[in-house]
Amino acid sequence: MKQISRRGVLAGATAASVWSGGFPTIWAQNIKDVTLIHAGPPVTAIPAIGEQASKDLGFTIRMQAVENQDLLNRFLSQSTSLDVADVSISFLRYLVGRNVLQAVPLAKYKYWDKTIPLFTKGEYPDGRKASKQGISPFSVLYATGPDGQKQATEPTEWVTGIPSITNADTLGLRPDLTGRPVNSWADLISPDFKGKTALQDSPTIGVIDVAMALEARGDVKYGNKGNMTRPEIDKTIDLMMEIKKSGQFRSFWTSFDQSVNLMASGEVVIQSMWSPAVTAVRTRGIPCTFQPLKEGYRGWAYTFAPMKHLSGLKLDCFYEYMNWYSAGFQGAFIAREGYYCGVPENAKKFLTPAEWDYWYDGKPAATEIKDPFGKVMEKVGGVRDGGAFWNRMGNIAVWNSVMDEDRYLTRRWTEFITA
Amino acid sequence: MTAAQQAITQEAGGRATWRRPAMPSWAISWLQVSPLAIILVVLFALPTLLFLAVSFFDYDRTGIYPAFIFDNYKDLFTTPATWRLYVSSLKFAVIVWGITLVVGFSIAHFLIFHVRTAAMRTLLFLLCAVPFWTSGIIRTIAWIPFLGRNGAFNSTLIWLGLTSHPLDFLLFSDFAVIITYVHLFTLLMVGPIANAMSKIDPALLEAARDSGASRWQIMTNVVIPLSKTGIVLGSILVFTQVMGDFFVVKQMSGGQSASIVSALSTEINGMQYPPAAASAMLLVVFVAVMVAGMMRIVDVRRELVG
Repeated sequence: MKQISRRGVLAGATAASVWSGGFPTIWAQNIKDVTLIHAGPPVTAIPAIGEQASKDLGFTIRMQAVENQDLLNRFLSQSTSLDVADVSISFLRYLVGRNVLQAVPLAKYKYWDKTIPLFTKGEYPDGRKASKQGISPFSVLYATGPDGQKQATEPTEWVTGIPSITNADTLGLRPDLTGRPVNSWADLISPDFKGKTALQDSPTIGVIDVAMALEARGDVKYGNKGNMTRPEIDKTIDLMMEIKKSGQFRSFWTSFDQSVNLMASGEVVIQSMWSPAVTAVRTRGIPCTFQPLKEGYRGWAYTFAPMKHLSGLKLDCFYEYMNWYSAGFQGAFIAREGYYCGVPENAKKFLTPAEWDYWYDGKPAATEIKDPFGKVMEKVGGVRDGGAFWNRMGNIAVWNSVMDEDRYLTRRWTEFITA
Repeated sequence: MTAAQQAITQEAGGRATWRRPAMPSWAISWLQVSPLAIILVVLFALPTLLFLAVSFFDYDRTGIYPAFIFDNYKDLFTTPATWRLYVSSLKFAVIVWGITLVVGFSIAHFLIFHVRTAAMRTLLFLLCAVPFWTSGIIRTIAWIPFLGRNGAFNSTLIWLGLTSHPLDFLLFSDFAVIITYVHLFTLLMVGPIANAMSKIDPALLEAARDSGASRWQIMTNVVIPLSKTGIVLGSILVFTQVMGDFFVVKQMSGGQSASIVSALSTEINGMQYPPAAASAMLLVVFVAVMVAGMMRIVDVRRELVG
């Protein structure tokens, strides 16, 4: 905590010198009363980030944390009750064209040329094309015009939101309890771990983890794991029901806390998991790894987008907040949760060299590494699972998705869970 | 009568006369039921009508569209999952009903007929209710560390040498779900039954004994018939709780089995409101029919008034 506040003061000092020079006084007086409500999931809409932003910017940012689908509901049904949205890339399938969001003109964004090419071009820094299975950030990022109601397939002057967070998910495991090395998604359904595995109970993410496992074991070959055909869904679910009946799964979890407790208590030794959940298990002193697997990762991303109703002064404030958001404080904060931001070189300014080396470069920890709330999560000498940024993000097999056949998938998934 | 007293009487009389003729008795009745009626209409009847309407709507990923189609019901009735869910929920409901009935009836019987002093009875009742001072969610979750693979119960069994490795069926299983339901809902059975029993005139029991009835005959011919109302009310409470449950099944089965409501929530999470509305309608109708059936066994209204 001490480290953060020291850094916060530094950030405040640099920010103050930047912002106060930039605007006429009338602006500074007008914005005092502006409040932007920023809604997102609990792992990103963090009050400490809002407080720092308010301090640096001179207007108020209020964070509102809402879980998954409730958040999407809120965007759709009460879009004027918030101003800024953390939008999961896969939610864009529901949101674009619904007059909920507006596009961001790239001219207003300072850091576009520094944004990682995975977002801006759909490729890696070495020029390799990234996976297009599922909903890849590049495929939904650009808008055809300033209203942002339609997605463009090629780069344009407008984006549906600013790339803010991304990560590569894999299976979490208890290395002390698995009893053997795990290196494939197929291990999720391996009889070696019968009764000791868990899945996320969600037809959107859970089914992709399942597909990774089935494909790795050689049961099914998918055209696009992130957008399955009906026969592929049928085959997947039928196989999964067989595996479930054999007693493979200990549990199906729905919340972050459940996944942490399953792992920490040893009920489960291998399961689909999120990065901050792995961190949470480790801060309890229990060994837990976010295991890199040879078939690659399941990627996901968030953008930071203005709601449709913003205009005038409030919209100007949004653009200021947007540029602040990418300037590094937020990127450094979420780095300690194990997430990556859209402009890593800015985040670097707000991380200690040891933190940068650990989180982004995959080097052994030179000092103790702490989570965002000041608890030690890695001892000196420890190395991040999966290594450096591009080793992890450079190996995305499939992105989180909302499939074309999502109606059918939901029905079959319910069948699987009830079987 | 002093002037002051006269004034008071007059005022009292005056108020009474001001109230009565201005308000016909039917109006007073309406006024009396209106708070509950308003709550029920606004928070239950209107939303239910809304669900009914939406259950016939069409939908896609981006929205729901007013229509009058039966597809949602067709999907609902043709999915094997629906039948499995109802069978599994009914199974839980019947098992839990049976256990809570026996346990609840015994506790109520003990409290009313065996505990002699009123103070002791109140104290014991309070002890039954104490766990309810914490929320149901906490009482549910508390079972997890107790029943888990490395939990308190398994550790004790191993320590006592009764088993060599932890029993997995204790947690994330039907067993865990039923234990939690019984723990949560037994008091719902105890309350109404104890209430019904407390209305039984002890003289009746004495008369039965004097006429030579055995304990068992007293139980079957006097106590049970006179506690019928409480038994039915308790059964309705337990039954509707189990059928409408979302949390316990999800937590305690570890997501291994689903309840009707948790399947419905999967649909809501997929932004598929019309099929969710159709599922909700089916559940409302099903539970209403079951409750109506129980009400036919005993005329609860008459018994409550009497």
